[in-house]
Amino acid sequence: MEGNLAIVGYGLSAIGPGIGVGLIFAAYINGVARQPEARGILQPLAILGFALAEALAIFGIALAFVFS
Amino acid sequence: MRVNAIAAETFEPPSGSDFWQPLVGDGAFAITRPMVLFVISTVLIATVMLLATRKLSVVPGKGQWALETVYGFVRNGVARDMIGEKNFKPYLPLLFSAFMVVLVNNLFGVIPFIQYPTMSRIAFPVSIVLFIYLLYLYIGMKRRGVLGYFKSLVPPGLPTFIIPLMFFLEVITFFFTRPVTLGLRLFGNMFAGHILLLLMAVGGEYLLLHTDFPTSVFSIGPLLGFFVLTGFELLIEFLQAYIFILLAAFYIADSLADEH
Repeated sequence: MEGNLAIVGYGLSAIGPGIGVGLIFAAYINGVARQPEARGILQPLAILGFALAEALAIFGIALAFVFS
Repeated sequence: MRVNAIAAETFEPPSGSDFWQPLVGDGAFAITRPMVLFVISTVLIATVMLLATRKLSVVPGKGQWALETVYGFVRNGVARDMIGEKNFKPYLPLLFSAFMVVLVNNLFGVIPFIQYPTMSRIAFPVSIVLFIYLLYLYIGMKRRGVLGYFKSLVPPGLPTFIIPLMFFLEVITFFFTRPVTLGLRLFGNMFAGHILLLLMAVGGEYLLLHTDFPTSVFSIGPLLGFFVLTGFELLIEFLQAYIFILLAAFYIADSLADEH
């Protein structure tokens, strides 16, 4: 078997942002379920939080290619 | 992992070097495929905009209606919500053109025969981000002066001993993290998404044509995955264009805000 350990490291590091994105959307769904009319306010906030959490995973993939 | 030892040639997984596609010349001054695509996208957007807005009517036709939907989304959904009712208008052209350029260039990633997201070369997001970066610094410094801008980075009412630390963190956030994440997010999503599509296509082709019968059945997985992921990519491409201008508007709004 051949491969690159950097990619395995990236897979491990993607767990954190994955959980983070899950929590953000869980909170968003919760909020909309309790208060459906708040959807318009919550949606940009959820997407913003998603983008910020996802940035960490994107850093990871850039560095995985840099160090591979 | 070697897929099949019997096969004549070995499987080469796609890598970052697959994105380097010079058309004319080579080296630093080569004219590459994304450069040509970027020019095409600009011409395309300009032509569509000019044609669709040539004769505007109060009751919109089909073309005008489609354009107004997109424009209204950027105007009301992003610019007005993020920057605020009072002073969002000067930044609307920037946000709208950034949205159109990023969206069309992202969509090039799944349009047949083009299939190359321009933003998967880091220079293209960097050039757009550089403009937004300089703009929000300029707005902030024009409003408060250069010294006042640095002073406004630290929220008021903090104990004295913590101010240097806060100042350090805020300077890193405003001058480093924000532009870097803004550019890298767009680049990383387009790059990673496209390399995944490439892996599915190349892997499926390899399993189908370069392995013997029992193994070649497994090519159905990657080839099916290619279609599913193309749909997923389409979603990501819209979402990234939206997130890009959402964050740009957020940064501009932050420079315009009175209180930190």
